[in-house]
Amino acid sequence: MTDVIDRPVNLDSDDQGPVNPDHGHDHGHDHHGPSGLVKWMTSTDHKVIGISYTVTSLTMMIIGGAFAEIIRAQLVSPTSTLVSFAQYNELFTMHGSVMIYLFVGPFAFAGLANYLVPLQIGAPDMAFPRLNLLSYWLYLSGSLVMLSGFLTSGGAANFGWVGYAPLSNVTASPGSGADLWIVALMLTGFSAIFSGVNLVATIFYLRAPGMTLFRMPIFTWNMLITGILILLAFPILTGGLVMLYCDRHFGTHIFTVSGGGVPLLWQHIFWFWGHPEVYILALPMFGMVTEVFAVFSKKPIFGYRGMVFATISIGALSLGVWAHHMFTTGAVLLPFFSAMSLLIAVPTGIKMFNWIGTMWGGKVTYSTSMLMAMGFLFTFLVGGITGIYLASPPIDFFTHDTYFVVAHFHSVVMALVLGAMSAIFLWFPKMSGIMLNERLGKFQFWFLFIGTQVFTFPMYLVGLKGMPRRMAVYPNNPSWQSLNQWASVGALLIGISMVFFIVNALYSFKKRVPAGDNPWDAQTLEWYTSSPPPAHNFVSLPPIHSERPTWDYNHPDHLSLGHGDKEKAKAGS
Amino acid sequence: MKKESILFLFLGVFWGLMGVVYWFWSRDVTGAVMLAGSVFLGLIPGLYLYYWYRRSGYHLRAEDRPDASIEEGAGVIDAFPDNSIWPMIFAIGCMFGVLALVFGTWLAIPAIAFGLSAMIGFTAESRRGGNI
Ligand code: HEM
Ligand SMILES: [Cu+2]
Repeated sequence: MTDVIDRPVNLDSDDQGPVNPDHGHDHGHDHHGPSGLVKWMTSTDHKVIGISYTVTSLTMMIIGGAFAEIIRAQLVSPTSTLVSFAQYNELFTMHGSVMIYLFVGPFAFAGLANYLVPLQIGAPDMAFPRLNLLSYWLYLSGSLVMLSGFLTSGGAANFGWVGYAPLSNVTASPGSGADLWIVALMLTGFSAIFSGVNLVATIFYLRAPGMTLFRMPIFTWNMLITGILILLAFPILTGGLVMLYCDRHFGTHIFTVSGGGVPLLWQHIFWFWGHPEVYILALPMFGMVTEVFAVFSKKPIFGYRGMVFATISIGALSLGVWAHHMFTTGAVLLPFFSAMSLLIAVPTGIKMFNWIGTMWGGKVTYSTSMLMAMGFLFTFLVGGITGIYLASPPIDFFTHDTYFVVAHFHSVVMALVLGAMSAIFLWFPKMSGIMLNERLGKFQFWFLFIGTQVFTFPMYLVGLKGMPRRMAVYPNNPSWQSLNQWASVGALLIGISMVFFIVNALYSFKKRVPAGDNPWDAQTLEWYTSSPPPAHNFVSLPPIHSERPTWDYNHPDHLSLGHGDKEKAKAGS
Repeated sequence: MKKESILFLFLGVFWGLMGVVYWFWSRDVTGAVMLAGSVFLGLIPGLYLYYWYRRSGYHLRAEDRPDASIEEGAGVIDAFPDNSIWPMIFAIGCMFGVLALVFGTWLAIPAIAFGLSAMIGFTAESRRGGNI
């Protein structure tokens, strides 16, 4: 049945608060929909889709992580023979591809975003629920298609996660593994575009009364900008992939010199998607940790508007930096891209400042979620600062394609993993109704955080010594060995941290410590409804007078005043 | 819808300015074309949103007004579909479609079969307002 949903309004009594025991039951119609597999396959509920996305993308993280552990095991000795050169190429390609296309992206802009955005703005669902479900299935089928490359006789794609021409042409990379990689990205590309459409439409059209743009939680704001960037960037990647496919099979010469094509064109197209993609991955995590810092400091977000405008300027500027990945081609306008890249560091710095400002003077609780967010802050700072180095062409000329770059972007992506974990620890109780174990969580944090630094710092150093990336062996440079071994120790620690995570999830589902509606005394609208929320999310809505309606409802004596509301509150309304 | 449209319009204009600077400084066609395309991505939705804002007589919706109460939004929000198998069927069709690009055109047969039945299913479901 199609459900016609009314706004949850309690005209008669204002006291239908979140503590009401009837919560979630007096909903007009009962939902005894399917369960189990059928639910997973057919439910258009954004909460179910969000959880499917989250679980699938975390599975991809484990798969991509397993590839990484093999890579790090191979590099322990300069002449290791654990994997062949050909296998090594497949491994780093699929490690990068699985992590970027199948884990962080979908986790960030479709997993938690799907779950949280409607809840945070007081909406009953996403704007296009069936499109949303289609998104998920395109993502899952794309993932399977990409991974199935390992089953083909030629093996999986092996030209790096960036698929540079001419290496990705049919002569240099024959075989169906490469083609499977290309077509898989078409599927996941459309999936991402549909998610972007859904995010923007939902945020524009389904907000609750009083939930003005400048009262939306920062996470929702970041998802709006992310959605816009998705709409902008992904069609370009998909277009590029179509061209690449035509070059390989239909005899066009778009990226091949022989027929008058330009290989460099691929790099332009790829990075015109690729750099916005960095922010498509990062902005959601920025949003998540912003909420975490506010919740566990018991304070409103410091510099709310500054945060919003920083996000908008990151989105705007992210389109003008793509060729900083192409400095060494000698064919791009260095000063423009260098200047734009340095400029984009400014709004990012503002965010750092505001996060610290949010914690400053707050009542900080060092929960696992908060520790993860602080770990994010430190690790992202390292990645950001080395990014500023790389944005300057003279430095990039010396470090391009070395392990320095690998270390830089792993500081960034491991920060994103920490941010993702921080978000999981914050919102898991909302999604499941039960708490994760804090003790196991803290073990996970320390392994993950220390592991990340032990993993990245040696890679910076070995990169400065000149070790190129994508090398399976380094027989002529035995002096690189000890640094590589340290990096591998770090990778092992990260691997162990994930074991703690899985054990924690299993243990918590067994223990079932009930969470209640709002275990953290949090501030935004999703904490007002029950955990997990009922079908179509809200039985009632609190008045929305600031960017933290749940806090206002629970602490009428400590109202946090929204912007421009001060006078009104004084007038007593 | 005013602020929403301004957001898109701002992005479009910003990318336009950036594109102009980039073009006259670099003379790189690829980047300039992609930036020009991005300008449209900003302007088209921005103007569309503004058009509706104007057509509504510059009306601010309850969700655009800081002083709105929840009660002002009373009434139907929208119709939301219930469970549906067709998105999955359609995605399977798409998957066979791209596999046909890799392993041979014969895979287009299941692709079309799944795709078509999903389209019919979608349409029928929407008309009936039906379930699965
Ligand atoms: C346990 C955690 C991880 C370890 C030990 C690890 C290890 C590595 C190593 C050693 C390389 C370089 C391979 C080479 O150039 O020969 C690499 C490449 C890469 N990694 Fe990771 N990684 C981890 C997590 C991640 C995450 C979370 C992401 C993204 C979200 C990621 C994305 C990438 C990408 C994009 C490449 C480049 C692949 C290429 O050169 O084509 N990695 N990783
Ligand atoms: Cu970049």
